Amino acid sequence: MQIVLRQIENLGKNTLYHISDLGGMGQFFFYSIRGIFKRPFRFAALLKEIKFIGAHSFVVIFFTAAFTGMVLGVQGYYTLSKFGSEGLLGSAVALTLIRELGPVLTALMVTGRAGSAMCAELGIMRMTQQVDALECMAIDPYRFLIAPKFLATLVAVPLLTLLFDVVGIFGGYLTGVKLLGVNPGAFFSGMESSVLNKDINLGIIKSFVFAFIIVWICTGRGFLLFKSRSGFGAGSVSRATTQAVVLSSITVLLWDYLLTAMLL
Amino acid sequence: MIEPIIQFVDVHKSFEGANGSVQKVLKGVNLSIRPGMTTVIGGASGQGKSVAIKLILGLMKPDSGKILVEGRDITVMGTRELNEIRSNFGVVFQGVAPFDSMTVFENVALPLQEKTKLSVQEIKERVMGSLEQFDLVGHEDKFPAQLSGGMLKRVGLARALQLQPRIMLFDEPTTGLDPARSLEIYRLFYKIQREMEYTSVIVSHDIPKIFNLADQVVVMHEGMAKVFSSSEEIQWSNDPIIQDFVQMTMGHIYQSTAENE
Repeated sequence: MQIVLRQIENLGKNTLYHISDLGGMGQFFFYSIRGIFKRPFRFAALLKEIKFIGAHSFVVIFFTAAFTGMVLGVQGYYTLSKFGSEGLLGSAVALTLIRELGPVLTALMVTGRAGSAMCAELGIMRMTQQVDALECMAIDPYRFLIAPKFLATLVAVPLLTLLFDVVGIFGGYLTGVKLLGVNPGAFFSGMESSVLNKDINLGIIKSFVFAFIIVWICTGRGFLLFKSRSGFGAGSVSRATTQAVVLSSITVLLWDYLLTAMLL
Repeated sequence: MIEPIIQFVDVHKSFEGANGSVQKVLKGVNLSIRPGMTTVIGGASGQGKSVAIKLILGLMKPDSGKILVEGRDITVMGTRELNEIRSNFGVVFQGVAPFDSMTVFENVALPLQEKTKLSVQEIKERVMGSLEQFDLVGHEDKFPAQLSGGMLKRVGLARALQLQPRIMLFDEPTTGLDPARSLEIYRLFYKIQREMEYTSVIVSHDIPKIFNLADQVVVMHEGMAKVFSSSEEIQWSNDPIIQDFVQMTMGHIYQSTAENE
Protein backbone atom coordinates (compact mmCIF):
# COMPACT_ATOMS: atom_id res chain seq x y z
CA MET A 1 0.00 0.00 0.00
CA GLN A 2 2.81 2.35 0.99
CA ILE A 3 4.59 1.71 -2.30
CA VAL A 4 1.47 2.47 -4.31
CA LEU A 5 0.87 5.68 -2.38
CA ARG A 6 4.45 6.76 -2.88
CA GLN A 7 4.18 6.14 -6.62
CA ILE A 8 1.05 8.29 -6.80
CA GLU A 9 2.78 10.97 -4.72
CA ASN A 10 5.80 10.94 -7.03
CA LEU A 11 3.57 11.13 -10.08
CA GLY A 12 1.88 14.21 -8.66
CA LYS A 13 5.19 15.77 -7.66
CA ASN A 14 6.69 15.19 -11.10
CA THR A 15 3.65 16.58 -12.86
CA LEU A 16 3.70 19.70 -10.70
CA TYR A 17 7.44 20.09 -11.25
CA HIS A 18 7.13 19.88 -15.03
CA ILE A 19 4.19 22.27 -15.13
CA SER A 20 6.01 24.84 -13.02
CA ASP A 21 9.19 24.31 -15.06
CA LEU A 22 7.27 24.92 -18.27
CA GLY A 23 5.64 27.97 -16.71
CA GLY A 24 9.05 29.27 -15.66
CA MET A 25 10.39 28.82 -19.18
CA GLY A 26 7.32 30.57 -20.60
CA GLN A 27 7.80 33.48 -18.26
CA PHE A 28 11.49 33.56 -19.17
CA PHE A 29 10.59 33.74 -22.87
CA PHE A 30 8.16 36.60 -22.26
CA TYR A 31 10.65 38.63 -20.20
CA SER A 32 13.41 38.00 -22.75
CA ILE A 33 11.31 39.29 -25.64
CA ARG A 34 10.33 42.29 -23.52
CA GLY A 35 14.02 42.80 -22.72
CA ILE A 36 14.78 43.19 -26.43
CA PHE A 37 12.60 46.29 -26.60
CA LYS A 38 13.90 47.93 -23.42
CA ARG A 39 16.25 50.88 -23.61
CA PRO A 40 19.21 51.52 -23.58
CA PHE A 41 19.94 49.07 -26.36
CA ARG A 42 23.26 47.23 -26.03
CA PHE A 43 24.54 47.42 -29.57
CA ALA A 44 28.16 46.57 -28.76
CA ALA A 45 27.06 43.47 -26.85
CA LEU A 46 24.87 42.42 -29.79
CA LEU A 47 27.82 42.65 -32.19
CA LYS A 48 29.97 40.66 -29.80
CA GLU A 49 27.34 37.91 -29.59
CA ILE A 50 26.89 37.83 -33.37
CA LYS A 51 30.63 37.44 -33.68
CA PHE A 52 30.61 34.58 -31.19
CA ILE A 53 27.51 32.75 -32.41
CA GLY A 54 27.85 33.59 -36.10
CA ALA A 55 31.37 34.38 -37.23
CA HIS A 56 33.08 31.89 -34.93
CA SER A 57 30.77 29.13 -36.17
CA PHE A 58 31.87 29.72 -39.76
CA VAL A 59 34.53 27.02 -39.86
CA VAL A 60 32.35 24.40 -38.18
CA ILE A 61 29.44 25.11 -40.52
CA PHE A 62 31.73 25.24 -43.55
CA PHE A 63 33.20 21.79 -42.98
CA THR A 64 29.92 20.20 -41.90
CA ALA A 65 28.26 21.59 -45.04
CA ALA A 66 31.11 20.60 -47.35
CA PHE A 67 31.19 17.00 -46.20
CA THR A 68 27.41 16.68 -46.07
CA GLY A 69 27.18 17.99 -49.65
CA MET A 70 29.95 15.65 -50.78
CA VAL A 71 28.23 12.64 -49.24
CA LEU A 72 24.92 13.67 -50.80
CA GLY A 73 26.69 13.89 -54.18
CA VAL A 74 28.05 10.36 -53.88
CA GLN A 75 24.93 8.78 -52.34
CA GLY A 76 22.61 10.61 -54.71
CA TYR A 77 24.66 9.52 -57.70
CA TYR A 78 24.62 5.89 -56.53
CA THR A 79 20.81 5.90 -56.10
CA LEU A 80 19.96 7.94 -59.20
CA SER A 81 22.26 5.95 -61.48
CA LYS A 82 20.14 2.87 -60.71
CA PHE A 83 17.31 4.62 -62.52
CA GLY A 84 19.56 6.15 -65.14
CA SER A 85 18.70 9.65 -64.03
CA GLU A 86 22.06 11.04 -62.85
CA GLY A 87 21.05 14.35 -64.43
CA LEU A 88 18.69 14.97 -61.51
CA LEU A 89 21.59 14.93 -59.03
CA GLY A 90 21.73 18.76 -58.86
CA SER A 91 18.07 19.09 -57.88
CA ALA A 92 18.26 16.21 -55.42
CA VAL A 93 21.28 17.68 -53.62
CA ALA A 94 19.91 21.24 -53.60
CA LEU A 95 16.40 20.33 -52.43
CA THR A 96 17.67 18.05 -49.68
CA LEU A 97 20.01 20.74 -48.43
CA ILE A 98 17.74 23.75 -48.74
CA ARG A 99 14.57 22.14 -47.39
CA GLU A 100 15.97 19.83 -44.79
CA LEU A 101 19.62 19.34 -43.99
CA GLY A 102 20.73 22.97 -44.14
CA PRO A 103 18.44 24.29 -41.39
CA VAL A 104 18.57 21.14 -39.25
CA LEU A 105 22.30 20.52 -39.28
CA THR A 106 23.07 24.21 -38.82
CA ALA A 107 20.74 24.30 -35.82
CA LEU A 108 22.35 21.21 -34.32
CA MET A 109 25.89 22.53 -34.85
CA VAL A 110 24.99 25.92 -33.37
CA THR A 111 23.35 24.20 -30.39
CA GLY A 112 26.48 22.19 -29.76
CA ARG A 113 28.90 25.04 -30.24
CA ALA A 114 27.16 28.22 -29.09
CA GLY A 115 24.06 26.97 -27.24
CA SER A 116 26.07 24.95 -24.76
CA ALA A 117 28.41 27.92 -24.22
CA MET A 118 25.51 30.33 -23.59
CA CYS A 119 23.93 27.93 -21.11
CA ALA A 120 27.15 27.38 -19.18
CA GLU A 121 27.97 31.09 -19.13
CA LEU A 122 24.58 32.08 -17.74
CA GLY A 123 24.58 29.16 -15.31
CA ILE A 124 27.91 30.26 -13.88
CA MET A 125 26.72 33.87 -13.69
CA ARG A 126 23.68 32.73 -11.75
CA MET A 127 25.77 30.54 -9.47
CA THR A 128 28.31 33.25 -8.64
CA GLN A 129 25.56 35.79 -7.87
CA GLN A 130 26.41 37.95 -10.90
CA VAL A 131 22.74 37.92 -11.89
CA ASP A 132 21.78 39.00 -8.36
CA ALA A 133 24.41 41.75 -8.56
CA LEU A 134 22.78 43.06 -11.75
CA GLU A 135 19.35 43.02 -10.13
CA CYS A 136 20.69 44.87 -7.11
CA MET A 137 22.05 47.58 -9.39
CA ALA A 138 18.50 47.82 -10.77
CA ILE A 139 19.78 46.59 -14.16
CA ASP A 140 17.29 44.28 -15.89
CA PRO A 141 19.25 41.04 -16.48
CA TYR A 142 16.93 40.11 -19.36
CA ARG A 143 17.80 43.28 -21.23
CA PHE A 144 21.45 43.15 -20.23
CA LEU A 145 22.29 39.48 -20.67
CA ILE A 146 19.56 37.67 -22.57
CA ALA A 147 18.35 40.15 -25.21
CA PRO A 148 21.69 40.39 -27.08
CA LYS A 149 21.90 36.59 -27.21
CA PHE A 150 18.33 36.30 -28.51
CA LEU A 151 18.84 38.84 -31.27
CA ALA A 152 22.27 37.56 -32.22
CA THR A 153 21.01 33.98 -32.59
CA LEU A 154 18.07 35.17 -34.70
CA VAL A 155 20.49 37.00 -37.00
CA ALA A 156 23.24 34.38 -37.10
CA VAL A 157 21.36 31.10 -37.54
CA PRO A 158 19.50 32.00 -40.79
CA LEU A 159 22.74 33.40 -42.25
CA LEU A 160 24.67 30.29 -41.27
CA THR A 161 21.90 28.19 -42.81
CA LEU A 162 22.30 30.01 -46.13
CA LEU A 163 26.04 29.51 -45.92
CA PHE A 164 25.44 25.81 -45.24
CA ASP A 165 23.20 25.52 -48.32
CA VAL A 166 25.70 27.17 -50.66
CA VAL A 167 28.74 25.29 -49.40
CA GLY A 168 26.79 22.02 -49.38
CA ILE A 169 25.70 22.46 -53.00
CA PHE A 170 29.31 23.03 -54.04
CA GLY A 171 30.30 19.95 -52.04
CA GLY A 172 27.75 17.96 -54.07
CA TYR A 173 29.10 19.54 -57.26
CA LEU A 174 32.62 18.51 -56.32
CA THR A 175 31.82 14.81 -55.93
CA GLY A 176 28.94 14.57 -58.43
CA VAL A 177 30.44 16.51 -61.32
CA LYS A 178 34.19 16.59 -60.78
CA LEU A 179 34.62 13.11 -59.33
CA LEU A 180 31.79 11.02 -60.78
CA GLY A 181 31.38 12.83 -64.08
CA VAL A 182 27.79 14.11 -64.03
CA ASN A 183 27.22 16.78 -66.69
CA PRO A 184 27.73 20.18 -65.04
CA GLY A 185 25.06 21.82 -67.20
CA ALA A 186 22.49 19.19 -66.19
CA PHE A 187 23.56 19.55 -62.53
CA PHE A 188 22.86 23.28 -62.36
CA SER A 189 19.97 23.61 -64.80
CA GLY A 190 18.07 20.81 -63.05
CA MET A 191 18.64 22.67 -59.80
CA GLU A 192 17.41 25.94 -61.24
CA SER A 193 14.18 24.46 -62.55
CA SER A 194 13.31 22.35 -59.50
CA VAL A 195 14.19 24.64 -56.58
CA LEU A 196 11.25 27.01 -56.08
CA ASN A 197 10.91 30.09 -53.92
CA LYS A 198 8.64 28.03 -51.71
CA ASP A 199 11.52 25.67 -50.88
CA ILE A 200 13.85 28.49 -49.98
CA ASN A 201 11.17 30.12 -47.83
CA LEU A 202 10.58 26.85 -46.00
CA GLY A 203 14.29 26.60 -45.24
CA ILE A 204 14.44 30.15 -43.95
CA ILE A 205 11.30 29.83 -41.82
CA LYS A 206 12.74 26.67 -40.33
CA SER A 207 16.02 28.36 -39.52
CA PHE A 208 14.22 31.22 -37.70
CA VAL A 209 12.10 28.81 -35.67
CA PHE A 210 15.17 26.73 -34.82
CA ALA A 211 17.03 29.86 -33.76
CA PHE A 212 14.22 30.68 -31.32
CA ILE A 213 14.24 27.15 -29.94
CA ILE A 214 18.02 27.06 -29.47
CA VAL A 215 18.35 30.42 -27.76
CA TRP A 216 15.24 30.01 -25.62
CA ILE A 217 16.12 26.59 -24.26
CA CYS A 218 19.87 27.14 -23.91
CA THR A 219 19.73 30.54 -22.22
CA GLY A 220 16.68 29.54 -20.17
CA ARG A 221 18.23 26.38 -18.71
CA GLY A 222 21.30 28.37 -17.69
CA PHE A 223 19.51 31.43 -16.39
CA LEU A 224 16.97 29.46 -14.34
CA LEU A 225 19.68 27.20 -12.94
CA PHE A 226 18.44 26.83 -9.35
CA LYS A 227 14.80 26.63 -10.30
CA SER A 228 15.32 23.42 -12.23
CA ARG A 229 16.20 20.06 -10.76
CA SER A 230 19.82 20.31 -11.78
CA GLY A 231 20.72 20.94 -8.11
CA PHE A 232 23.53 23.16 -6.87
CA GLY A 233 27.23 23.70 -7.40
CA ALA A 234 29.50 23.11 -10.38
CA GLY A 235 27.68 19.87 -11.20
CA SER A 236 24.45 21.76 -11.69
CA VAL A 237 25.96 23.83 -14.50
CA SER A 238 27.20 20.74 -16.31
CA ARG A 239 23.85 19.01 -15.87
CA ALA A 240 21.95 22.08 -17.05
CA THR A 241 24.21 22.36 -20.11
CA THR A 242 23.75 18.71 -21.03
CA GLN A 243 20.02 19.07 -20.53
CA ALA A 244 19.91 22.22 -22.66
CA VAL A 245 21.78 20.62 -25.57
CA VAL A 246 19.73 17.42 -25.52
CA LEU A 247 16.42 19.22 -25.09
CA SER A 248 17.06 21.80 -27.78
CA SER A 249 18.34 19.18 -30.27
CA ILE A 250 15.24 17.04 -29.79
CA THR A 251 12.93 20.06 -29.96
CA VAL A 252 14.61 21.17 -33.19
CA LEU A 253 14.04 17.74 -34.75
CA LEU A 254 10.43 17.64 -33.52
CA TRP A 255 9.68 21.08 -34.96
CA ASP A 256 11.45 20.14 -38.16
CA TYR A 257 8.88 17.41 -38.64
CA LEU A 258 5.95 19.62 -37.61
CA LEU A 259 6.98 22.48 -39.90
CA THR A 260 7.60 20.18 -42.86
CA ALA A 261 4.19 18.55 -42.36
CA MET A 262 2.45 21.92 -41.98
CA LEU A 263 4.17 23.84 -44.78
CA LEU A 264 4.73 21.11 -47.36
CA MET B 1 12.79 59.45 17.71
CA ILE B 2 14.58 58.96 14.40
CA GLU B 3 12.59 57.04 11.81
CA PRO B 4 14.34 53.71 11.01
CA ILE B 5 15.59 53.40 7.43
CA ILE B 6 15.11 49.63 7.31
CA GLN B 7 12.61 47.79 9.43
CA PHE B 8 11.63 44.10 9.73
CA VAL B 9 8.17 43.55 11.18
CA ASP B 10 7.45 39.98 12.28
CA VAL B 11 9.24 38.41 9.30
CA HIS B 12 8.95 34.68 8.75
CA LYS B 13 10.85 32.71 6.11
CA SER B 14 11.21 29.00 5.57
CA PHE B 15 12.78 26.82 2.91
CA GLU B 16 11.82 23.44 1.61
CA GLY B 17 14.61 20.89 1.89
CA ALA B 18 15.46 18.26 -0.71
CA ASN B 19 13.43 15.54 1.01
CA GLY B 20 10.35 17.68 1.48
CA SER B 21 11.20 18.80 5.02
CA VAL B 22 10.57 22.44 5.84
CA GLN B 23 13.32 24.41 7.52
CA LYS B 24 12.21 27.56 9.30
CA VAL B 25 15.02 30.09 9.05
CA LEU B 26 13.35 33.24 10.33
CA LYS B 27 10.60 32.93 12.92
CA GLY B 28 9.18 36.35 13.50
CA VAL B 29 12.15 38.69 13.21
CA ASN B 30 11.69 42.31 14.36
CA LEU B 31 14.52 44.67 13.63
CA SER B 32 15.09 48.40 13.14
CA ILE B 33 18.10 49.89 11.39
CA ARG B 34 18.64 53.59 11.97
CA PRO B 35 19.96 55.88 9.26
CA GLY B 36 23.64 56.75 9.21
CA MET B 37 24.52 53.96 11.63
CA THR B 38 26.45 50.77 11.20
CA THR B 39 24.54 47.65 12.07
CA VAL B 40 26.37 44.35 12.29
CA ILE B 41 24.34 41.18 11.91
CA GLY B 42 26.15 38.28 13.53
CA GLY B 43 25.34 34.71 14.40
CA ALA B 44 26.48 31.19 13.64
CA SER B 45 26.30 29.84 10.09
CA GLY B 46 22.87 28.86 8.83
CA GLN B 47 20.98 31.25 11.11
CA GLY B 48 19.59 33.35 8.30
CA LYS B 49 22.07 36.22 8.13
CA SER B 50 22.43 36.14 4.36
CA VAL B 51 18.71 35.52 4.01
CA ALA B 52 18.13 38.79 5.85
CA ILE B 53 20.29 40.64 3.31
CA LYS B 54 18.47 39.02 0.39
CA LEU B 55 15.15 40.01 1.94
CA ILE B 56 16.26 43.64 2.28
CA LEU B 57 17.27 43.64 -1.39
CA GLY B 58 13.98 42.09 -2.48
CA LEU B 59 15.81 39.11 -4.03
CA MET B 60 13.57 36.92 -1.87
CA LYS B 61 10.11 37.42 -0.49
CA PRO B 62 9.27 36.53 3.13
CA ASP B 63 6.49 34.02 3.87
CA SER B 64 4.82 36.62 6.06
CA GLY B 65 5.63 39.93 7.69
CA LYS B 66 6.71 43.29 6.35
CA ILE B 67 10.05 44.72 5.35
CA LEU B 68 10.00 48.50 5.29
CA VAL B 69 12.69 50.50 3.52
CA GLU B 70 12.30 54.21 4.22
CA GLY B 71 8.79 53.48 5.42
CA ARG B 72 7.68 51.63 2.27
CA ASP B 73 6.88 47.92 2.33
CA ILE B 74 9.07 46.25 -0.31
CA THR B 75 7.38 42.85 -0.05
CA VAL B 76 4.34 44.07 -1.98
CA MET B 77 6.21 46.09 -4.60
CA GLY B 78 6.41 45.49 -8.34
CA THR B 79 9.71 45.35 -10.19
CA ARG B 80 9.69 49.02 -11.14
CA GLU B 81 9.19 50.33 -7.60
CA LEU B 82 11.66 47.79 -6.29
CA ASN B 83 14.26 49.02 -8.78
CA GLU B 84 13.64 52.55 -7.57
CA ILE B 85 14.34 51.45 -3.98
CA ARG B 86 17.33 49.40 -5.08
CA SER B 87 18.96 52.42 -6.66
CA ASN B 88 19.57 53.60 -3.08
CA PHE B 89 21.47 50.44 -2.27
CA GLY B 90 25.08 49.46 -2.75
CA VAL B 91 25.85 45.79 -2.22
CA VAL B 92 29.04 43.83 -1.78
CA PHE B 93 28.25 40.13 -1.96
CA GLN B 94 30.07 37.41 -0.11
CA GLY B 95 32.07 36.42 -3.19
CA VAL B 96 31.90 40.05 -4.45
CA ALA B 97 30.15 38.69 -7.59
CA PRO B 98 32.37 40.57 -10.04
CA PHE B 99 31.36 40.33 -13.70
CA ASP B 100 34.14 37.93 -14.52
CA SER B 101 34.23 38.48 -18.25
CA MET B 102 34.77 42.21 -17.76
CA THR B 103 37.93 43.99 -16.64
CA VAL B 104 38.24 45.82 -13.33
CA PHE B 105 37.63 49.12 -15.12
CA GLU B 106 34.52 47.83 -16.89
CA ASN B 107 33.18 46.40 -13.63
CA VAL B 108 33.49 49.68 -11.80
CA ALA B 109 32.23 51.69 -14.77
CA LEU B 110 29.13 49.56 -15.35
CA PRO B 111 26.75 51.27 -12.87
CA LEU B 112 27.72 54.67 -14.32
CA GLN B 113 27.26 53.49 -17.91
CA GLU B 114 23.90 51.92 -17.19
CA LYS B 115 22.37 54.33 -14.72
CA THR B 116 23.73 57.77 -15.56
CA LYS B 117 23.99 59.90 -18.68
CA LEU B 118 27.64 60.79 -18.15
CA SER B 119 29.90 60.97 -21.19
CA VAL B 120 32.59 58.36 -21.82
CA GLN B 121 35.25 60.83 -20.71
CA GLU B 122 33.45 61.74 -17.47
CA ILE B 123 32.94 58.07 -16.65
CA LYS B 124 36.60 57.40 -17.27
CA GLU B 125 37.63 60.22 -14.94
CA ARG B 126 35.31 59.13 -12.18
CA VAL B 127 36.27 55.48 -12.40
CA MET B 128 39.99 56.25 -12.43
CA GLY B 129 39.43 58.53 -9.45
CA SER B 130 37.79 55.83 -7.42
CA LEU B 131 40.34 53.22 -8.51
CA GLU B 132 42.96 55.53 -7.09
CA GLN B 133 40.99 55.92 -3.88
CA PHE B 134 40.87 52.15 -3.49
CA ASP B 135 44.49 51.62 -4.43
CA LEU B 136 43.68 49.75 -7.63
CA VAL B 137 45.53 51.89 -10.17
CA GLY B 138 47.55 49.70 -12.52
CA HIS B 139 45.08 46.86 -12.22
CA GLU B 140 42.26 48.39 -14.28
CA ASP B 141 42.85 46.11 -17.29
CA LYS B 142 43.02 42.92 -15.24
CA PHE B 143 40.18 40.46 -15.00
CA PRO B 144 38.68 39.54 -11.62
CA ALA B 145 40.24 36.08 -11.74
CA GLN B 146 43.69 37.69 -11.82
CA LEU B 147 43.18 39.61 -8.55
CA SER B 148 43.86 38.67 -4.94
CA GLY B 149 40.99 38.33 -2.47
CA GLY B 150 41.58 41.71 -0.86
CA MET B 151 41.79 43.51 -4.21
CA LEU B 152 38.59 41.83 -5.31
CA LYS B 153 36.79 43.10 -2.22
CA ARG B 154 38.03 46.59 -2.99
CA VAL B 155 36.76 46.30 -6.58
CA GLY B 156 33.38 45.24 -5.18
CA LEU B 157 33.37 48.19 -2.82
CA ALA B 158 34.36 50.63 -5.58
CA ARG B 159 31.62 49.26 -7.86
CA ALA B 160 28.99 49.45 -5.13
CA LEU B 161 29.85 53.05 -4.24
CA GLN B 162 29.75 54.49 -7.78
CA LEU B 163 26.16 55.71 -7.57
CA GLN B 164 26.56 57.17 -4.07
CA PRO B 165 24.17 54.79 -2.32
CA ARG B 166 22.46 55.75 0.90
CA ILE B 167 22.47 52.21 2.22
CA MET B 168 25.43 49.84 1.91
CA LEU B 169 25.03 46.12 2.48
CA PHE B 170 28.04 43.89 3.01
CA ASP B 171 27.68 40.13 3.09
CA GLU B 172 30.67 38.63 4.89
CA PRO B 173 33.15 41.29 3.74
CA THR B 174 36.22 39.63 5.20
CA THR B 175 35.59 35.93 4.61
CA GLY B 176 38.66 34.33 3.09
CA LEU B 177 41.00 37.20 3.96
CA ASP B 178 43.92 37.02 6.35
CA PRO B 179 43.73 39.16 9.54
CA ALA B 180 45.88 41.99 8.11
CA ARG B 181 43.71 42.25 4.99
CA SER B 182 40.53 42.13 7.08
CA LEU B 183 41.76 45.03 9.17
CA GLU B 184 42.59 46.93 6.02
CA ILE B 185 39.04 46.39 4.74
CA TYR B 186 37.57 47.51 8.08
CA ARG B 187 39.68 50.65 8.05
CA LEU B 188 38.51 51.36 4.52
CA PHE B 189 34.88 50.89 5.62
CA TYR B 190 35.32 53.30 8.44
CA LYS B 191 37.03 55.92 6.28
CA ILE B 192 34.55 55.74 3.41
CA GLN B 193 31.55 55.80 5.70
CA ARG B 194 32.89 58.93 7.36
CA GLU B 195 33.13 60.54 3.93
CA MET B 196 29.88 59.37 2.42
CA GLU B 197 27.67 59.03 5.51
CA TYR B 198 25.67 56.07 4.30
CA THR B 199 23.80 53.60 6.46
CA SER B 200 25.68 50.35 6.55
CA VAL B 201 24.55 46.82 7.27
CA ILE B 202 27.32 44.27 7.65
CA VAL B 203 26.69 40.56 7.89
CA SER B 204 29.68 38.94 9.46
CA HIS B 205 30.86 36.25 11.80
CA ASP B 206 34.21 37.96 12.22
CA ILE B 207 33.41 38.52 15.87
CA PRO B 208 34.55 40.34 18.01
CA LYS B 209 36.72 42.37 15.59
CA ILE B 210 33.78 43.68 13.62
CA PHE B 211 32.14 45.01 16.81
CA ASN B 212 34.49 47.97 16.81
CA LEU B 213 32.71 49.25 13.72
CA ALA B 214 29.20 48.70 15.00
CA ASP B 215 26.71 51.13 16.48
CA GLN B 216 24.29 48.29 16.88
CA VAL B 217 24.77 44.54 16.90
CA VAL B 218 22.10 42.05 15.92
CA VAL B 219 22.60 38.43 16.89
CA MET B 220 20.58 35.92 14.89
CA HIS B 221 19.80 32.71 16.70
CA GLU B 222 17.18 30.03 16.08
CA GLY B 223 15.20 32.24 13.78
CA MET B 224 15.05 35.23 16.13
CA ALA B 225 17.01 38.47 16.13
CA LYS B 226 18.31 39.99 19.34
CA VAL B 227 19.46 43.57 19.20
CA PHE B 228 22.26 45.04 21.32
CA SER B 229 23.59 48.55 21.34
CA SER B 230 27.19 47.62 22.14
CA SER B 231 29.50 44.67 22.38
CA GLU B 232 29.68 45.06 26.19
CA GLU B 233 25.94 44.61 26.38
CA ILE B 234 26.31 41.30 24.58
CA GLN B 235 29.04 40.09 26.88
CA TRP B 236 27.03 40.89 30.01
CA SER B 237 23.74 39.53 28.67
CA ASN B 238 21.94 37.06 30.95
CA ASP B 239 20.18 35.39 28.06
CA PRO B 240 21.46 31.79 27.93
CA ILE B 241 21.34 31.78 24.13
CA ILE B 242 23.52 34.86 23.93
CA GLN B 243 25.85 33.50 26.60
CA ASP B 244 26.25 30.39 24.49
CA PHE B 245 26.95 32.54 21.47
CA VAL B 246 29.53 34.62 23.34
CA GLN B 247 31.21 31.45 24.60
CA MET B 248 31.24 30.00 21.14
CA THR B 249 32.54 33.01 19.24
CA MET B 250 34.74 34.89 21.63
CA GLY B 251 34.89 32.61 24.63
CA HIS B 252 38.53 31.71 24.40
CA ILE B 253 39.65 35.35 24.17
CA TYR B 254 37.82 36.45 27.28
CA GLN B 255 38.67 33.28 29.13
CA SER B 256 42.36 33.84 28.59
CA THR B 257 42.18 37.42 29.85
CA ALA B 258 40.38 36.15 32.93
CA GLU B 259 43.06 33.57 33.49
CA ASN B 260 45.80 36.16 33.13
CA GLU B 261 44.20 38.18 35.85
